[in-house]
Parts: sequence; C-alpha cells; structure tokens
Amino acid sequence: MNSAVKSKDRAGIDFGRALKDGVIIGIIAFALLGPLVGLKTDQNMANELILQNRLGLAAILSVIVGVGRFLLSAFVYPWIAARGNRSKAAVTLAELEARARVTRGLSITGLIFLFVYPILIISLFGVQGSIKWVDNYGVQILIYVMLGWGLNIVIGLAGLLDLGYVAFYAVGAYSYALLAINFHLSFWVLLPVAGILAAFWGIILGFPVLRLRGDYLAIVTLAFGEIIRLVLINWKAFSGGSAGISSIPKVTMFGIYSFDISAPNNFAKAFHLAASSAYYKVFLYYLILLLALLTAFITLRLRRLPIGRAWEALREDEVACRSLGINTTNTKLTAFAIGAMFGGFAGSFFAARQGFVSPESFVFMESAVIVAIVVLGGMGSMIGVALAAVAMIGGTELLRELDFLKLVFGKDFNPDQYRMLLFGLAMVIIMVWKPRGFVSARQPTAFLFKRKSVSGDLVKEGHG
Amino acid sequence: MTTSHRNWDSDPVLTVEHLTMRFGGLVAVNDLSFSVGRGDITALIGPNGAGKTTVFNCITGFYKPTTGMMSMRPRDGSLHLLERLPDFIVARKAKVARTFQNIRLFSGMTLLENLLVAQHNPLMIASGMTILGVLGIGGYKTKEREAIDRARYWLDKIGLLSRADDPAGDLPYGAQRRLEIARAMCTGPDLLCLDEPAAGLNPRESAELNALLLSIRKDDGTSILLIEHDMSVVMGISDHVVVLEYGTKIADGTPTETRNDPRVIAAYLGVDDEEVEEIEHELDGTAGNEGGRA
Amino acid sequence: MEVFVQQVINGITIGSLYGLIAIGYTMVFGIIGMVNFAHGDVFMVSAFFALIFLLVLTSWFGIASMTLALILVMVVSMVLTGLLVWAIERVAYAPLRGSFRLAPLISAIGMSIVLSNFIQVAQGPRNKPIPPVTRDVYTLWQGANGYPVNISLKQIIIWVVTALLLAAFWYVVQKTALGRAQRACEQDRKMASLLGVNVDRTISLTFVIGAALAAVAGTLFLMYYGVVVFSDGFTPGVKAFTAAVLGGIGSLPGAVLGGLLIGLIETLWGQYVSADYQNVAAFSILVIVLIFMPQGLLGRPEVEKV
Repeated sequence: MNSAVKSKDRAGIDFGRALKDGVIIGIIAFALLGPLVGLKTDQNMANELILQNRLGLAAILSVIVGVGRFLLSAFVYPWIAARGNRSKAAVTLAELEARARVTRGLSITGLIFLFVYPILIISLFGVQGSIKWVDNYGVQILIYVMLGWGLNIVIGLAGLLDLGYVAFYAVGAYSYALLAINFHLSFWVLLPVAGILAAFWGIILGFPVLRLRGDYLAIVTLAFGEIIRLVLINWKAFSGGSAGISSIPKVTMFGIYSFDISAPNNFAKAFHLAASSAYYKVFLYYLILLLALLTAFITLRLRRLPIGRAWEALREDEVACRSLGINTTNTKLTAFAIGAMFGGFAGSFFAARQGFVSPESFVFMESAVIVAIVVLGGMGSMIGVALAAVAMIGGTELLRELDFLKLVFGKDFNPDQYRMLLFGLAMVIIMVWKPRGFVSARQPTAFLFKRKSVSGDLVKEGHG
Repeated sequence: MTTSHRNWDSDPVLTVEHLTMRFGGLVAVNDLSFSVGRGDITALIGPNGAGKTTVFNCITGFYKPTTGMMSMRPRDGSLHLLERLPDFIVARKAKVARTFQNIRLFSGMTLLENLLVAQHNPLMIASGMTILGVLGIGGYKTKEREAIDRARYWLDKIGLLSRADDPAGDLPYGAQRRLEIARAMCTGPDLLCLDEPAAGLNPRESAELNALLLSIRKDDGTSILLIEHDMSVVMGISDHVVVLEYGTKIADGTPTETRNDPRVIAAYLGVDDEEVEEIEHELDGTAGNEGGRA
Repeated sequence: MEVFVQQVINGITIGSLYGLIAIGYTMVFGIIGMVNFAHGDVFMVSAFFALIFLLVLTSWFGIASMTLALILVMVVSMVLTGLLVWAIERVAYAPLRGSFRLAPLISAIGMSIVLSNFIQVAQGPRNKPIPPVTRDVYTLWQGANGYPVNISLKQIIIWVVTALLLAAFWYVVQKTALGRAQRACEQDRKMASLLGVNVDRTISLTFVIGAALAAVAGTLFLMYYGVVVFSDGFTPGVKAFTAAVLGGIGSLPGAVLGGLLIGLIETLWGQYVSADYQNVAAFSILVIVLIFMPQGLLGRPEVEKV
C-alpha cells in the first residue's frame, strides 16, 4: 500500500490514482462494514434473532474510510516518500543528544509533578473531589507504570517476550490476600514476602521455558498465565473461585495509624479531620509512587552492573554472549525472576487497594496491555515506558470523562465500550508507525570519554 | 614464523582426535585428528564446504560431535574434554574464545560496552553476583575500573580508542572484525579461534591483521587457530597448516610443506583423486615429489 | 464403551474444526515465521459473517432449504473473511515484515483486540443464538445398557465438508503454481523472489487461504453450536494453535492431525477426568509440547546456525 510516487510530474499530486485508491478501499470497507456494522443482530421480544438495518451508518463509515485512504494516497504517502531519503540518512548525533536532553528534562519535571500531584488536586477539587483524580488516575496509572517498569526488565532489557506477566501480579495479590486474612500479617511484612513468592514462581516457570526461541516463549508464557487463572477459578477451596477473596485488610500507615473507619487509631480521627476515604487514597498514591520509584531505581542500578549489561547483550545476540562465557540461561532466569518480583510487589499493593481480588482481574488482556506499554515505550527506556503508561491508561480513563460526546452520538452512547477498541487500534497504529516505540535511542551504561546516545536503528533484536 | 620442530606434537594446547560430525545422512567432518601447538598460529584451510566452521563449532561447544575427543590444556595445567562441555563453559573454563564468520557484535552497544560484556564473569563475581553491587558495597567499582582499563588497552591495540563511545554498529567492516577479535581477547583466552578473520579485508588491512595476530601471540601468549582463505595471511604468519577437503584431512604440516603438497593443489583446483598423478606429471619440478604427499 | 465411542465421535467433530483453523496458523508461520495472534478472532468474525448472512437469507429472502442456505452462507463468509484478512495483512503486518521480531506479534495482538472489541461494539456483547439448522440424529448402535451411540447430521456435515476441503486444499498446495510458490517462499524467500516469485502476493494469498479455511470452520461452528458471541475467538484460537504446534508447526498434515488429537483429548478429558479443567488440559498440552517437543509430531527439528 506504500505505493511509491509514480506521478508524471514530481511537483504535482496524482489525484487520479489517489481517487482510485480511495474508491476501491471505500468499496472494500463497505463490503466488510456493511454486514458487521450495517446489519446488527438483535434479540426481539420473542428471543429470536433479527437484523437491525443500519446500512446507512455502515455507508457513512465506509465513506470516511475511503476519504481517509484518498488523503493518505494523495498527501501523506508522497510526503513520507519525499522525506524518506532524508530520514534514513543517519539521525545525526546532535539530534540524538538533543532528544536525550529533552528526555532528561522531562524526567525531572515529571518527577516533581508526580510528588506534588495530590496536593495540586486537593487544592483544585477539595478533599472529596480529589478521590477520583488521585485514585482512578493517579494510582491506576502508577500501578501500570510500575508493572511496565517491571516487565521492562524482561522484555525491554533482556529481550524475552513474556505474555504471561499477569501471573506474577496474581501471585502477589493472592499471597497478600490469603496471608493477611489467615495470618493477620501486616502489609509491610507481606510486601517482601509477595515479591519473594513471585520471584520464586518466576524461576519455576522460567526454568523449563527460557531456552525456547522468541515466539514460542511468548506462547508458553501466555499459556502459563491462562493456566494459573483457570486454576484460580476452579480451585475454590484455595482461591475462593470466581467469587474471589474479599475484605482484604487495608494498608496501615506503618502500623501506627489505620485507615479503617471503625479503628480506634484511625488516621482522620487522630488528626481531627473529617472522615473521608480520600486520605487512604492519597496515602496509597504515595505508596505506589515510592514502589514504582524503587523499581526504577533498582533497574537503573542493575543496568550499570554486569547483569544489566549482559541482559542488553543477550537481547542483541545470544550466541555471541555464550561464546563469551556467559551462562545465558542464568541471565534469562535472573531477568525473569526480578521482573516477577516487581510484579509481585505491585500485586500485593493492588490487593490492599481494592480490598478484593478475583481471577477476573488477571486475564490475558492485562498482560497484553502491559506488554503494549513496554513495547510502545521503546528500547528499555524508563521514561518511555512511563509515558506510554500515562498515554494508554490515562487516555482510556479519560474516555470515561467524555460525556459531551453523548450530545453528538446520542444518549445510548457509552464511550467506555470503545476503550479497548481504541487501545487495540493504538497498538496497531503505533507499531506500524514507530516499531521501536516512542523513545528510539539507547543510553550506554559506561563510557571512556563521553556518554553518547545510540540510535535505535542500530540495536538488534537477536533470537529469543 | 619460526617452526619449532612440530611444536604441535610436543606441546599441544588442543588435541582433536577422531572427530566426526554427522547431520542426518551428511558427514560434515570425517574422522579428523590434529593438534594445535601451544603458542602457534595454526591455520585450518580448505575449499568451501570442507567442514571447517563445523570443526570450530564442535571445538567451541556449539555442536555436540557425533564421535571424537577434543582435549584442551590451558596454561594453568588443567585438562578439559571439550566434547562434553556446553558452549559457555568451553569459553569460561577451558579458555577458548572465538569469532564468527558473520560478525556477531553487539551493534547497539558501544565499543567499550562490547569489551565490558566480554569481562562479564570476573565482573559478576566482583559485584557479588549482583547483590552486593546493588547495595553499593564490595569493591565492584575498583574491578570495573580495571575492566575498563583492560578494554582501553585493547581498543588502543586495534587502533579504535578514539571511537570507544561510538556504537559498534557504526564501525566500518574492517574495524568491526578487529573489534570482534579484541572482544574475544578480553575474555583472557588461551586459545583464540578465528573464523575467516581476513574475509572482506583489502591487502593493507590483511597486513594489519597479520601484525595484530602476531602481537597477540607475542604479548599475550595466546595460541591462535584460524580458518582462512586469504593465503597471504595463512602463509605469512602460520606455523602450522591443516588442510580439509569434504570433511577429511588431506594435509598437515608446515606452510611450506602443505603449499607444495599435490593433493592440496588438486583440492583447490577441484581435481579428482585419480587425476592427481597426471597433474603431478604435468607440474614442473614439484611433480615427482612423492614425499610431498601428506 | 458406548460413552467412549460417542466422545470419540464428538472429539473428531470438534477436532476437525480445530484442524481447519490450525492450518491457518501453520501456513502463516511456515511462510513468514510469525504467529498470527489474530487468527482466532478472524475465525470468530467469520462466524458472525455466517450468522448475519444466514439471517439475511432466512428473513429477507425466505430461503427454506437449509442446505442451500448453508452453502451460500459459507461461500459468502469465506469471501468476506478472506477480504478482511487481506486488508489486515496489508495494513498491519506487511509493513512490519523487515522490522524487529516483536513488532508483527504486537501488531497482531492489537489486531486481535480490535477484532473482538469491534464485534462487541458493533454487534452487541450478548450471545447470538440461531434456531437449530437440523435436529437429525442417527443412532449407530445401542449398547447393552441402552446407551445409544449417535451421530448427528450436523456432525456428518462437518466431517464431510472438512474432508472435501482438505482434499481440495491439498491439491492446491501440491499441484498448483501457487502451492509451489508457497513452498518456495517457505524455504528461502530471497531466492524465491530472485527467481521471479511474487513473494508479497504469495504471502497475502497464504493469509487469505488460511482465513478462508477458518471461515469454513466458523460457519460449521455456528451450525454445530447454534450460538456465537464476540469472545469466541480466544479459546478456540489457542486450542487451534496448540493443535498446530502439537502436529508440528509448518506441517499441514500435522495441523490436521494436531486438531483431531486436541479435539479428542478435550472431549475425553472432559468426560473422564473433569469438565471444569478441560481448558487447562488444552493449555497444558501446549506448554508440554513446546517444552519437550517443540517440533511437534510431524515437524522437523531446527538446528541453530552458528
């Protein structure tokens, strides 16, 4: 479809061809959208299936697609082709350095913003009004940032495609839930326990499969994730089955103050504040922020150590690594286990925040979302992954806010339905547009004279 | 280039005995036996498809040979039976390093990083298997500085010090080949296996390669085993030449001996065995030399 | 004994469907080394095409003959699904062919999400039931304890259609130019293109044929179970992929064999061990095969080139 510009005069635009493309694509779109959108199957009163005629809508959509294709053929593709020769020429070092500076600047401002965010929100919306913004956006996004950073070690640094990361998230969540309820241990004790258990599972699951080549590893990890979820659903005695486990104890403020309304050492009571769930949310926000930053800190440290360098070398070329005496199986297992550990931490936090866990939270879709965040972030870059998480999770959460669209599409319109659809579209579009993700440069971890960024084009992705 | 009387018989660093490699019905290497002398530069030559890279892959543990024994005797006096060892153990314990026919550099990492990855094992120990390193204790920093210094020494030796912080993928072809050799040397090997190190090099670069290999032999005492087609390299610096054809050894001796061996000549010319005598008669002077046959 | 035979019949039936879908996975993997994650959802969409056109035929045109309706619907579904997959391949996979190995996989995962959610939004999230196409059941024999071994007309239809299609498909692969071009591309893409094979078109056609076979499976699935829902892509997709891997990824007879085996294992496990853990069995087989026998039953072991 990337037709090179074969127009007669290079200065002009081949409208004829673009028009032809648009019409053909429009017809194809109608052939597909006609039945799927235009003839909606619905159940009538007698519970029979009937067809609802929406061919008009299908036609409109087809026209939009056709016009879109026309615009692409007429303007976008020729522009890319003309520019293509220039952009393939080495992205100059100066450009890479400029981008690296921007990245660094972003990181610092981002960090400051994250720390003052709840205070900002409270001052804008008041204590009660802050709950939605702090919890649904702040905490939610940060959980995915942490999961992204955890999985980043496995996929971004070591280049191992893990499609079952949600399994470690589940291990962390269920271990906190079960141990807290049955043994009355505090969150602060169980947090490291959850991490260790998850890491342990990482080693057990990783050991037989890490020697498989890339695609197979992906499928096996996906299968493992599903097996664990199905076991959780069916082994009711252990996990409570589909109903899950509820009444999970909240996190206490280091054991001194509790956030239970009824507890004598309730935080709000102790400080003579009006009772509100907002305080717990803010506390959770800072907790997940610190956990995420811990993940980032350890990852950055590991990158500078031999193990981190071995991960990146492994990603480039496993055979070369083995020829240098590196036990790549251990290297992979370490990446897997450490990534799993962070997933476990995030899982136990998740359980404490929700107060309730069920297998439904750990479907394959979750793994896919986290993988998408890491890959779209690009190149094992911390800031890239964080930005991707903000964009994808924040973006889809924002969809819930777009009530004004109801005015356009009618009051039955529920933008939430489109959340996952747009998510999938974003995945495809970004992959086709920028296969290497947002951040396409790599920072070396050691230098003799000067640290120079490495262009993403040079970074190979070797076997598995 | 001094031949010290069949050094490879008296003091072999690597002995290959009756090595056979079969892939299904195809016999790639057929009952091969030879020795690599300690401190020698040994060349493994032969027409394409003779099985030379297969021999390398067997020696370095990437293939499990069908039958045969390979004994490696590093400087510390230990003995390693390579046919039983996995590839990374051959590199780590038996001290055999290698380069590849198609260069396998970490192109997205800088030259310095490439050379640091080669020193992974001692650095891992220095970082307390990472745990101490994360906590910031245990003297890792010192060991890392030493590793960087070692990398600096090799970058200087191959003339790429000024490009230490550039990505390896940016280097021109000849420089990449030299970097791969330097990276292999950073593992501190006793035997360096080079797979066509001169491929794609022009005569000047080949001469530089010769100088580099000779200096490696002199300064580091590393024995070198190389697969090569470039005769200026083979004849110029080798002490010992082993010739393979269709997986079988047809000559084994000093460069001069093998150069004059009619069977070797015939193999390179693509002549059948039966015609060898005819060719011998046709060749002036060297023809009647029966003793030249290996 | 009768129970066993009955379950074998059931297993072969569902196994035929898995085999048809598995061929799509194995062909694409064989020719470009990519796991087409969206293939299961393509199967689901094809079932929806079948559903919609069946309703069109019955309610708008009032076609009474179910046989005719089924044939028409199957053909339409094959065409439209092929068209859909052609578009998907051109837009989401072809541009990434030279890129790094994760990219097409991520794109395929995205496509899978798009397809299932698109159907959910466009057609609604509820189950879509149709009245039974046929209720005919034939009793093969009756056991001593009165338990009958039955085979339904639906099951016979599935067996026959599958067999016919596989025969036709086998002919195409072995005897026609397209089949040759495909096998050439599988072995050495660059060389094939140097010899004049239009690699892009061959790859596109591979996707389309795989989709057409999945559409057959989709129509038959709709006929057999009488209901389809937007989430029906995931589990059958994974099971069909397991079948492809079990049979030997890249091997066409392997895909069919794997499909039958998975169908049998699934029904027999569900009968004799536990119905709840049926899906766990399928996933576990996938894991076990990939760990211990990645080349599958009929595949060739890969030797890594150093």
